[in-house]
Amino acid sequence: MSQEKQVNLTELAKRIRQHCVRMTGKANASHVGGALSAADLLAGVYGAALRYDPQRPDWPERDRFIMSKGHACSALYAVLAESGYFPVERLETFYRNGSPLAGHVMHKNVPGVELSTGSLGHGLPVATGMALAAKRDGRSSRMFCMISDGECNEGSVWEAALFAPHHKLDNLIVIVDYNKIQSLGAVKEVIDLDPLTDKWRAFGWAVREIDGHNLAAIEKAVTQVPYDAGRPNCIVAHTVKGKGVSFMENKLLWHYRAPMGEDMTKALAELEETK
Amino acid sequence: MRTAFIKELFELAKQDERIVLIVGDLGFGVVTPFMEQLPRQFLNAGVAEQNMTGMAAGMALSGKIALTYSIANFPTMRCLEQVRNDVCYHNANVKVVSVGGGFTYGAMGATHHALEDLAVMRAMPGLIVVAPGDPVEARAATRAVIAYSGPCYLRLGKAGEPVVHQSPIDFKLGKAIQMREGRDATLISTGGILQNVVRAAERLEREGIETRVLSMHTLKPLDAEAVLAAVRETGAIFTIEEHSVIGGLGSAVAEVLAEADGNKVLFKRIGVSSGFSPHIGSQEYMQDCHGLTEAGIAKAVASALPAVTNG
Repeated sequence: MSQEKQVNLTELAKRIRQHCVRMTGKANASHVGGALSAADLLAGVYGAALRYDPQRPDWPERDRFIMSKGHACSALYAVLAESGYFPVERLETFYRNGSPLAGHVMHKNVPGVELSTGSLGHGLPVATGMALAAKRDGRSSRMFCMISDGECNEGSVWEAALFAPHHKLDNLIVIVDYNKIQSLGAVKEVIDLDPLTDKWRAFGWAVREIDGHNLAAIEKAVTQVPYDAGRPNCIVAHTVKGKGVSFMENKLLWHYRAPMGEDMTKALAELEETK
Repeated sequence: MRTAFIKELFELAKQDERIVLIVGDLGFGVVTPFMEQLPRQFLNAGVAEQNMTGMAAGMALSGKIALTYSIANFPTMRCLEQVRNDVCYHNANVKVVSVGGGFTYGAMGATHHALEDLAVMRAMPGLIVVAPGDPVEARAATRAVIAYSGPCYLRLGKAGEPVVHQSPIDFKLGKAIQMREGRDATLISTGGILQNVVRAAERLEREGIETRVLSMHTLKPLDAEAVLAAVRETGAIFTIEEHSVIGGLGSAVAEVLAEADGNKVLFKRIGVSSGFSPHIGSQEYMQDCHGLTEAGIAKAVASALPAVTNG
């Protein structure tokens, strides 16, 4: 991995975060915490791994990325704009009347979005179907799917988790944004997921556990797939909810609160300082 | 109907490798030839309907024509949000196929009585809803939903139903098929109850009541033209379905009638009005319990029509 690439990913992650704060703040929208926890992972996926062409969103050979934690849509819209799918200025319309950029990931009139999500537990089964179709058609496409930790409460996640290893879908990569806080409390207190890596491993997945804010580690994890030929890949990424803005980090409040006024100014100033 | 469906699908799948049949660990004996001869177009998703439906959407979004296949309420209600969000919202080319509509599995108990599926699926945005009345219609419906690019729900009965159509049919999605002509009333049927309805009409004829019979194999989009013509020309409408009287054919027809200009019409829904059925038993027994046999339907129609018509 080149130093240049590292700088790029850092810059990309920083821009994603700035967009997220501006978008949610201006729109008075929720979910900035879970967008910030996912920003580095999205930078790694779009900046280093995904094979795509923003001029041809329907290119059959493309890799697919599915944002199953649809509430963190601001981060996905930001990385899509930064990747050339649509003008960055369009992010200004987020959550506004008549905008295509809704408060959960919606595909209509948003190039680059593979799947509308918002109800948790939908993305991984769809990505699994796409992975199977690619295998059967002999396409080299890979399917990346990001899920949240709270989302792991959904049974449908584990239906797909059982299915994919049985069918040897090593072109499928699930990324768990394990920020430890879900909608109404700490994951540990709501429904503890630990030992999470052991669970995925026991289901037959090749698992890597990484620091989800270490861009070098992320780049390795997303580019070295498949880890083990014939097994689907799972990246358990330890992250921090609200990462990058000191007063948001590890705070349940920022699952809901929008960074408005003074909060937005402070948050953007902190992010500007990010190295 | 089940046999007609699988035979037709098998023939179509041999011609079109985009077709993928995904079963929810059901179809013993029925899907075997398909599974053995077209293994790359077959998939057993296991007992996991949410994943089955989500995967079908993913495969359809990758260019496949994906069918999900299970029994009773499993491919519809168990995974309803996957049908709504993953399939319908993405206009994914998925065909949800349920075997065991109504009381097909009557003796299996209330979990296996499929009595609300038409109501629920009819409400799904952009979903075509088809309930063929006999094996001939089932075969034609299978061809039609595969030819149609977009989400469909196909509600089938069991294997071995009688053939009601004795001559070739002109099957078009959204277009009712007239089975008989009559001027006193119109019986509108959907799904596997068709034979009972036709026989009820024959019985009524012997009693001096001439009824038109429509096989409304497509519940959505509903053939409103055929309904309104029946109002104008026969003046009385009866809907018959092996389904709850809430939300299915009866409701769909009532919606058309209520919004029509100046039509005053005698209208009655014949179906399951008890909520959950308190009974278990064979399909025939269950139909008898709920007034859905030939005799039950004829009686309900005759007693609702004005005495003058009864002659």
